[in-house]
Amino acid sequence: MSTATTSPSAQSSTETIAGRQVDPGAPLLEVENLRVEFRLNTGTVVANDGVHYTLKSGETLAILGESGSGKSVSAQAVMGIIDSPPGYVTDGSIRYRGIDLLTLPENQRRKVRGNHISIIFQDALTALNPVFTVGFQIAEMLRVHRGTSKSDAYKAAAELMDRVKIPAASERLDSYPHEFSGGMRQRVMIAMALALDPAILIADEPTTALDVTVQAQVMDLLAELQDETGMGLILITHDLGVVAEVADRVAVMYAGRIVETGDIDDIYHMPAHPYTIGLMESLPQLDVKGSRLVPIPGSPPDLTRRPSGCAFHPRCRYAQQVCVDEDPALTPPVPGMDRRLSACHFSEEAINVRRR
Amino acid sequence: MSDAGEKELHLGGGEAESELRVDLDSREPVLDVRNLVKHFPLTQGILFKKTIGHVQAVDDVSFKLFPGETLGLVGESGSGKSTVARTLLRLHEPTAGEAFYRGRDLFKLSHSEMRAVRRDIQMIFQDPYASLNPRMTVGDIVAEPWRIHTGIVGKNEQRGRVAELLELVGLNPDHINRFPHQFSGGQRQRIGVARALAVNPSVIVADEPVSALDVSVQAQVVNLLEDIQNEFGIAYLFIAHDLSVVRHIADRVAVMYLGRMIEVGEEDPIYERPVHPYTQALLSAAPIADPRRRQESDRILLEGDLPSPSDPPSGCRFRTRCWLFNQMAEEDGDESRIGKCLTDDPRLEDRGFDHPSACHYPAERQIIETVEAPA
Repeated sequence: MSTATTSPSAQSSTETIAGRQVDPGAPLLEVENLRVEFRLNTGTVVANDGVHYTLKSGETLAILGESGSGKSVSAQAVMGIIDSPPGYVTDGSIRYRGIDLLTLPENQRRKVRGNHISIIFQDALTALNPVFTVGFQIAEMLRVHRGTSKSDAYKAAAELMDRVKIPAASERLDSYPHEFSGGMRQRVMIAMALALDPAILIADEPTTALDVTVQAQVMDLLAELQDETGMGLILITHDLGVVAEVADRVAVMYAGRIVETGDIDDIYHMPAHPYTIGLMESLPQLDVKGSRLVPIPGSPPDLTRRPSGCAFHPRCRYAQQVCVDEDPALTPPVPGMDRRLSACHFSEEAINVRRR
Repeated sequence: MSDAGEKELHLGGGEAESELRVDLDSREPVLDVRNLVKHFPLTQGILFKKTIGHVQAVDDVSFKLFPGETLGLVGESGSGKSTVARTLLRLHEPTAGEAFYRGRDLFKLSHSEMRAVRRDIQMIFQDPYASLNPRMTVGDIVAEPWRIHTGIVGKNEQRGRVAELLELVGLNPDHINRFPHQFSGGQRQRIGVARALAVNPSVIVADEPVSALDVSVQAQVVNLLEDIQNEFGIAYLFIAHDLSVVRHIADRVAVMYLGRMIEVGEEDPIYERPVHPYTQALLSAAPIADPRRRQESDRILLEGDLPSPSDPPSGCRFRTRCWLFNQMAEEDGDESRIGKCLTDDPRLEDRGFDHPSACHYPAERQIIETVEAPA
């Protein structure tokens, strides 16, 4: 992914962000070697340990992981919204169009948030302010960041609500968040996130709290908006079904690290990491009958006590002594396979386990 | 598992073998629910409360649960599936209806009689964090049912039995003195299962038992529930919103919408030949975990949200979101089929297909192309 000639950044080479020159050739987002620690009384939790991924315009990258894998923390680091203390980004870089966001001062960082990178959360009821109308909250984005006048901002808010298909948008500007259903609240969040036309939208478990019929509506809406705007979408989720339906590329996280990345079809049809293999085998499938599930034994590790070597080794059926002793690097599973990376000592063997 | 445990817990597992299930209706159900209604009053005012309406959480739901089978109850939030479970155990008092367990109507029992019946009908809850007392050790939690249902296990044998139960559900018996917070989510759910098994129930009502668990751990608990059923022949009323999990574990499936049961049948017909437009939409919205099958079929997208259960639509409760209703309205001119949907409440009954449904215009439609599991 060295070239990104199709990204919008290529067309506007003189553009500056927060006073810095955009690199037209750089990928939309490049996260490298990200390390996030939480310093707690009980010890230091390394929630992200060398996280690494790239996102291009128009692409949907799914960050897949179970609870505690650090997937949400990596999104918060990109947004620059980690509570500090206790959280600290201690290493790595987050380059948005070539500009390392971690080197920007907070007032510049704020200009990136919303304008260039936006986020929507799982729980829209908590994320929205209960004492302001949704119209006010959407308009606030434009008024604060762009200095838009109140009446123009409300007009724009109504248009945004219409764009995310909230019925009778202009009449619902004065409604409060609690007056909306869960699916509609998530649409309000999306409208807020898209208000400033960001190049990247991070969706952190956007449909986990929603029913399956409403989930389908919201995912369809996101795909449609992405088609219209060409934004890059980072979808953070634990749901293998949702990922299979929408993602272009997948990064699988386990115990604070990315253990495998690749194109969606490859991840599902020839996973190269035993953890990914285990996830696929433990998943009951809607269209498959009769097979017994094969769970992964044990449970995910406590990140204050990360196992030695490969963190997955206590649960891995293929583990050998080397897995206990040595930490595997994230490398192509087979030499020359450039769109895949896997952090397993035996990924060359693993890739054939479920090859279909 | 030890021999003693097997003897203690064995409850006619032989008849549970699903291969022998020839004709369900000819068998004696362990639980027979008829016309269950549960309305919650909506009140206004603080000192002088007056009822201003009712939330019709469950309305006229009937079903049978047979020994050793798993009946999956699916539906969106607000469909009333948890209320069915809680009302059965009289955690809520029913508004109307009957529920026969071994010939006795649960809803007519006194509190002390009901308490005795709860020995046979146990419940597992969704949230393994909230359903275990944080101040009790695992040993005390699993043994607590014996304090209520005395005479099952003698005082001196209790510790040994707890250890056996812990082993049975895949926990280390040496951890008997630990507290719930020392266990992971999956392990806590196992503790909940052990507690339910302590009194040798014949029915377990499981309300979203695996929804809070991660996929890798969820599979462990699903397998455990299957193993226990095979061994002891316990019937499960398995409530879940995850259609894939239900397909995996259930023998029969009942679909609920806005307090009503709208389609019920064995797992195969429901997943492969659904006839109710809501079931079809629900299946169509469920993501399939295979990127190669993306966009394979046209997705039926439902518009809008669940209507308020305090003021359900007239006629068919699903009509406000029904794609078939909209389609028929568009096709027909004046001569309209949808009049019936607007005025007549469709009953759950046999409508000429291989399983009953509650739609005036049922039609088979294949949504999911099922593949056999690779060996």
